[in-house]
Amino acid sequence: MSRTNISRRTFLRASALAGGGFMLGIYPKAAAVLAQRQQVPLTPTDFVSIAANNVVSIISRNPETGQHSLNMLAMLVADELDVDWKNVKIIRPDADAKYGPQFTGGSTATPTNWEPMRQVGAASRQMLISAAAKAWGVAAAECTTASGRVLHTASNRSATYGELAAQAVTMPIPDVKTLKLKDPKDYKIIGTTTPDAENKDIVTGKPLFGIDVKVPGMLYAVFHKTPVPGGKAVSANLDAIKAMKGVKHAFIVEGRPLPSSFPNYLNLDPGLESGVAIVADSWWAAQSAREKLEVKWDEGKWATADSAEIAKKADELSRQPAGRTLRKDGDVEAVFKRADVKVVESAYVFPFIAHAPLEPQNCTAHFKDGKLEIWSTSQTPQIGKTIVARVMGLPEKDITVHMIRAGGGFGRRLYNEYMCEAAHISKVAGAPVKLLWTREDDMQHDYYRSGGFQYLKAAVDNSGKLVGWHNHFVGYGEGETFTHAGEVNGNEFPSRFISNFQLQATVMPLGIKTGALRAPRSNVYGWVYQSFIDELAHAAGKDPVQFRLDLLAAGPPAGTQGVMNPQRMIDVVKLVAEKSGWGKQKFPKGRALGIGFHYSHLGYFAEVADVTVNANKKIKVNKVWVAGDIGSHIINVGASENLTQGAIVDGMSEMLQEISLKNGRVEQTNYHEHPLVKMSQTPPIEVHWIKSNNSPTGLGEPALPPILPAIANAVFTATGERIRTMPMTKQGFSFA
Amino acid sequence: MIKLKVNGKNQQFDGDPEMPLLWVLRDELDLKGTKFGCGMGLCGACTVHVDGQPTRACFTPVSAVANKSVTTIEGLSPDGTHPVQVAWQELDVPQCGYCQAGQIMSACALLAKTPKPTDAQIDSAMNGNLCRCGTYLRIRAAIHKAAAAPAKPAKAANGGAKTTASSRKSGTK
Repeated sequence: MSRTNISRRTFLRASALAGGGFMLGIYPKAAAVLAQRQQVPLTPTDFVSIAANNVVSIISRNPETGQHSLNMLAMLVADELDVDWKNVKIIRPDADAKYGPQFTGGSTATPTNWEPMRQVGAASRQMLISAAAKAWGVAAAECTTASGRVLHTASNRSATYGELAAQAVTMPIPDVKTLKLKDPKDYKIIGTTTPDAENKDIVTGKPLFGIDVKVPGMLYAVFHKTPVPGGKAVSANLDAIKAMKGVKHAFIVEGRPLPSSFPNYLNLDPGLESGVAIVADSWWAAQSAREKLEVKWDEGKWATADSAEIAKKADELSRQPAGRTLRKDGDVEAVFKRADVKVVESAYVFPFIAHAPLEPQNCTAHFKDGKLEIWSTSQTPQIGKTIVARVMGLPEKDITVHMIRAGGGFGRRLYNEYMCEAAHISKVAGAPVKLLWTREDDMQHDYYRSGGFQYLKAAVDNSGKLVGWHNHFVGYGEGETFTHAGEVNGNEFPSRFISNFQLQATVMPLGIKTGALRAPRSNVYGWVYQSFIDELAHAAGKDPVQFRLDLLAAGPPAGTQGVMNPQRMIDVVKLVAEKSGWGKQKFPKGRALGIGFHYSHLGYFAEVADVTVNANKKIKVNKVWVAGDIGSHIINVGASENLTQGAIVDGMSEMLQEISLKNGRVEQTNYHEHPLVKMSQTPPIEVHWIKSNNSPTGLGEPALPPILPAIANAVFTATGERIRTMPMTKQGFSFA
Repeated sequence: MIKLKVNGKNQQFDGDPEMPLLWVLRDELDLKGTKFGCGMGLCGACTVHVDGQPTRACFTPVSAVANKSVTTIEGLSPDGTHPVQVAWQELDVPQCGYCQAGQIMSACALLAKTPKPTDAQIDSAMNGNLCRCGTYLRIRAAIHKAAAAPAKPAKAANGGAKTTASSRKSGTK
């Protein structure tokens, strides 16, 4: 890997550029945390540096977990800067508030960076032009740029950016208000395919991921945490463990109390659970010692939690008056009593599931002389730094957080307890420590996608119109607080599209942590609502696509930002119907198409699945069509297709997964009990885009939710059996 | 004392003979390309070749590979020009990239036996390698592409941009 001598680089300072308009529509708690960070003004920030040899180094500020933001952010800068992509070197910075938000979550990278990163590029370009104009004694307005050069055609002069860089830094910084951005028709990088800049390191096995970090004198740690949330390690055979080969330290970690029953773990993580840490001269020695560990636990109040009991309780609660009403439009009860309506009732049940990114949680930390250095794969490294500062009682200025590429995120690494654990263990051990969890640790100590129960009742009238909808959601929480990322929202479709609509909720207590999993809430509510709408289409005797189009057409006009615009959804539904040949084929028994759509994270997606179901309820997904609208530009074309196809595979896996509780403990341990779809089960996936006249938005999440109902609805048409319980294996279904 | 050959180089290991090959490679020999995903041979991220056979290093005790020849991702080519590595880059297969070393090792083992595999043969050979990001379609396409490539390794065409990281520099010194 080439590195440029820093003394030969000249930094362009693009200061005081706006942080970019912030948008609604990501999950509200993340939005609040992010907005708080966003208020930090972008103080003079080094995003661009140009070497004498014209190599352009661009800071890509976000953590990379596989969503290709590393390239994407640099593409925005490079295009406006007007340089050739082949001359770009991408720099991954440390976590530092001076860069503005460094946040991988909520599909926010595109909408929060689209403006400011292009402005960084354009401002840098303007300063290079100013430098050339001054040197040549010509008006800046007469100068143009191309491929890393400033040109003055009238006098036939030109200079490379490398030649101009030293002068350019002395030029005034353009006012963001007068900054002229490119006409989109002139984009040369935005809208192309740029392979991930780290591909070569990936395919040659270079140390790249958190687990690969190595620092001098480093020891290795395992952390055996309480199997029951809130439990305490009372005592352990520490002397025997310490006597084992290679073991340097073994100690009990006290753990810290939760700040409240259902905190927003994103910024209120307690950081340390109770358990036993073992530090050794190799990870294998630490893990081998762990197998001999005997711990006496005080298991606390959650020691009897049991998924079967929870389901029984939810069923009882569903038949009692709801805890509270979150939205009430019209009068659903009156509609259900009408003689001219058909009423449909269904209960949808979904489990907790784990993130299970392939790289287990890990973190390397070095506490020395009151200062802390951390190497982390966190999706929220700045927030992580704040949490570690609180847990360790250190000022943030004494903590350095290096961002490291992550082997998958999916929301798991929004949370930062592994940073706290590594920091604490390093401090006690008095050495740099790499903490590495096992797969079992990872699966049993997650911030799970919240499970829940939705009891739905709706009415269609004689004309086939959906006229009433009632939903009693039974989830988890306390009082008015839902568990983190497990809430229901009264603005979620189909609210506002049905004049008689009621959403009620009842909550049950819960001990385990919950959190945001790729397309939080949407990843399962999309299946619930789009499946129930399918039931209603069949009850109304209407084609499922037409029924949806009618429902969307009856909705309110485009509302405020962050709320679904019905026309954009109508457009993707029509496109996916057209591409999939919806209604045009006659299939043999056991084969059918199904459709689902969902709006989340500012993205509009409709998907059709073609499935064949055999007598053993094995589902072969023959093909999937995706139509998406994420705005005017698909910034990185190849990566966008890859990410969308991955979202389909991910959504299919979720139909098979479950985290259940027995004696307060998570029962599943590894991938054989929480499966992922395999290559042979992956269908061909065709991806189509509508490039609408809207600012580009993110793609990490919104393509996922519709695939679950698309498949489930196809299965119903093919078999007559409706999937109302996840994992679908509970109804005997699996993928062929 | 266990003797083995790793990427053509003789190595000795005198630690715990039960230590899985994965940890010998990663933490003793500092070959970080082979990854830890599950520890039970369920995900394939740790796939290496032992005497040419694809093997899950995470649950293979190092004693089981005594006097054998191990090839890891680092041993495929010095510079990423093995046809499979080239195809992976050209098709921009990775998302997070964590599973890809194992995927590539399984793919190379397949192609060594079956130079022109069908989709079904690819699926059968690759089904033990999980990709949490779901890049399977590109993996399959890259295997076909590598199978079609001329035997002489081609030069990687990697779109241009390179990365560096201040963090990684200090993290791996």
